[in-house]
Amino acid sequence: MSIQEQKINADMDQFVIFRLDQESYGVPINYVEIIEKVTAITRVPNSSDYVLGVINLRGEIVPVIDLRKRFNLPDSSITDESRIIILTVDYMTVGILTDSSSEVLNIPKSQIENTGTVLSIVDEASIEGIGKVDDRMIILLDIHAILDINNAES
Amino acid sequence: METSQYFDVFIDEAKEHLQKMNDILLILEKNPKDKQHLHELFRIAHTLKGMSGTMGFNYVLQLTHEMENLMDQVRNDIFSIDESVVDLLFECLDKLEQYVMNIESDQTEGDNISDNLIQELKTRVNGSENSNPIANETTQQDTNEGGFPSAFNADEYVRSMIKKAEDKDYNIFRLYICLNEKCMLKSARAYIVFSTLEQNCEIIYSDPSIEDIEDEKFDLCFELAVITQHSEVEISQQLNSISELDAVEIESINSKNVITKDEGEKDGFSTPALLEMDSNETSNSAKDEDQPKKARAGKTVRVDIERLDNLMNLVSELIIIKTRLEDAHQMTQEKSISDTTEQLERITTSLHDAVMKVRMVPIERVFNRFPRMVRDLSKELGKEINLIMTGEDTEVDRTVIDEIGDPLIHLIRNALDHGIEEPDTRIRNHKDKAGKLKLTAFPDGNNVVIEVEDDGKGIDTEKVKAKAIANGLISESQSQLMEDKELIQFLFHPGFSTADKISDVSGRGVGLDVVQTKIEHLGGEVEIESQPDKGSRFIIRLPLTLAIIQALLVNVESEKYAIPLNNIREISTIKEEQIRKVQGKEVVLFRQSTLPILRLSGILNVPPLEEKTQTDEYTVVIISHGDRTFGLVVDELIGQQEIVIKSLGKYLNGIRGIAGATILGNGTVSLIVDTNSLF
Repeated sequence: MSIQEQKINADMDQFVIFRLDQESYGVPINYVEIIEKVTAITRVPNSSDYVLGVINLRGEIVPVIDLRKRFNLPDSSITDESRIIILTVDYMTVGILTDSSSEVLNIPKSQIENTGTVLSIVDEASIEGIGKVDDRMIILLDIHAILDINNAES
Repeated sequence: METSQYFDVFIDEAKEHLQKMNDILLILEKNPKDKQHLHELFRIAHTLKGMSGTMGFNYVLQLTHEMENLMDQVRNDIFSIDESVVDLLFECLDKLEQYVMNIESDQTEGDNISDNLIQELKTRVNGSENSNPIANETTQQDTNEGGFPSAFNADEYVRSMIKKAEDKDYNIFRLYICLNEKCMLKSARAYIVFSTLEQNCEIIYSDPSIEDIEDEKFDLCFELAVITQHSEVEISQQLNSISELDAVEIESINSKNVITKDEGEKDGFSTPALLEMDSNETSNSAKDEDQPKKARAGKTVRVDIERLDNLMNLVSELIIIKTRLEDAHQMTQEKSISDTTEQLERITTSLHDAVMKVRMVPIERVFNRFPRMVRDLSKELGKEINLIMTGEDTEVDRTVIDEIGDPLIHLIRNALDHGIEEPDTRIRNHKDKAGKLKLTAFPDGNNVVIEVEDDGKGIDTEKVKAKAIANGLISESQSQLMEDKELIQFLFHPGFSTADKISDVSGRGVGLDVVQTKIEHLGGEVEIESQPDKGSRFIIRLPLTLAIIQALLVNVESEKYAIPLNNIREISTIKEEQIRKVQGKEVVLFRQSTLPILRLSGILNVPPLEEKTQTDEYTVVIISHGDRTFGLVVDELIGQQEIVIKSLGKYLNGIRGIAGATILGNGTVSLIVDTNSLF
């Protein structure tokens, strides 16, 4: 494992932290629109299996991705703790279903490591790095990879 | 001057003027002697020149200036309009359009692309000048020292005014006034001139217009025409008492030396009181004619389409809330609430209609570019074409206008290139030498129909058949069974072209499939009718509104789906035992014809409910599309409802079988079945 210093003048990056199957994950806060409780989700036929469906977000139709399915994690039922994090990436609004989400953390860039080969839990391409805050390890996600945006556009 | 805020206005107006110019050029091409339109053309060039000058667009300014010079000579009968002149002016128009496009995208004119044209225009003007030295005059604004331009150009209104004044023995003077170059407050000085004159005269004409002068949109000189009882000397004395005037020239005019410009009531003068008092009858009639014109112009407002979209969204929200209220009401059954919801229903419906109407624009906006296109194409192809357009005033949604242009261009090019034969072939087949292309638009219930019809050779179904077999779309034996109508559908296949040789115009096979995709994207459909040697007709059917439709809500297992009502022919029930299997596909005999049966639950992979009552009777929604029909098995009908179509968003774009989503009264999302894609 090699620690790579990012930028010298870079100080803090803010991440919205959520939990998924025992692990903590983070997405850059500038992509996050809002965090919603789970409402009625309408299944969309003939879509990718990790697309859970669409929800009505105050009059907007927003697709929701089941991150557990996306990362091939075991299914679990939706609880009171479950949250949908609404992200806007490249003018496209998508929600991701998470087990729970309650905090925003500042992670110094110096505390973010490149992943290398340590992780086997999730799809490596969707990981931007690992953030270390105190004793916690936070898996920082590459939103574009999760949504397959690069594939779609290139 | 800070002009950026005027960009939008400039571009809108410039486009309008260019379109007008296009129309007039087409008319002039047919009627080269038509002076009225020539004057109009001149005026447009002049207006464009002024506009672009103000905005600092010099290439446009120069080009329009030279165009003006050319037209001025034509106007003064120095030479006449022939094909080469029209072609030249068309070229200028193209360049102007290019500039305006550049301005729209980058706010600058881009590279100078009109130098050659300007040279050509100049050569023409100079060429004729040598033969006729009087023609050395250009337009009023540009001749600072030259005194009066060659002729006084007035519109019909001013002319009639002058006539009336003559009848009453008033003096009519034409004034040419130049301010001193050092004059600081030009508009204020001009105002003094006006107010001085108005003490004793009626000003009936001003170039530039009074508004422009007030806004200081003029150089140093302006031209006026006045009616007065005073003499030339008196007027001159009055004017000479005003300081900072460099030149004051007065000329007496009469109706004979006025050229009619016919440009409506450009300067907005009302009938001078002087005349009105004396000749009530005549001037009143003139006034009556002018006033409605003015009123109409004042009643339109340019609105950004985004604001309308926003308004439309709000109306959609309102409709959703209304549906929710209706749902709630059905549970409570209270009388007072039912009255209120009914009223709300009425209001939202009218509000929706009103907003829709605001968004509607005449299809003319799309059609008006076709005459030019057909003209150019017919020249290019060496075919003579008569273009007949009807129903240009048919209104369609603004979004349709933006999208429908390309498909129509495609169809027109197709008709001209493939449909209409060469002139000698036509004569041999005892047809008119000139081919006929008919473009028709008309509203039809909740749809708008646009037809592109030619009287050419029609579609060669044998050729289509051969091509379809060659492309491996069908087998030889299959082709034997197909009717002509079915065969024609192959034209919509990607990469399908029956043209033997590829021309610039069409034949690359990227055509009709694009047309169909685009039309279907707009929620419409295309049909082809064709008769050998009689011609073909493409019929485009588009929904009037794109955002809000009537739909049938159905239950499939535990899920709710909406089926657009305009595709539903009828609803019926069939028994399990009626269903037959033909080549692994389910069909029933329904009204003496076989009806393919599709199960919505299967198509949409709806997870089956665990405890399901077994029935041997199915509810079938019969969908028809053009002349194709199928039955869609659903579990239960919920009812008809007005729904607001929402897109599934970019992320879920292009899902098979789903056209979009809508929000139901209870706030949940229901998907809209795309019946088109189920065939």
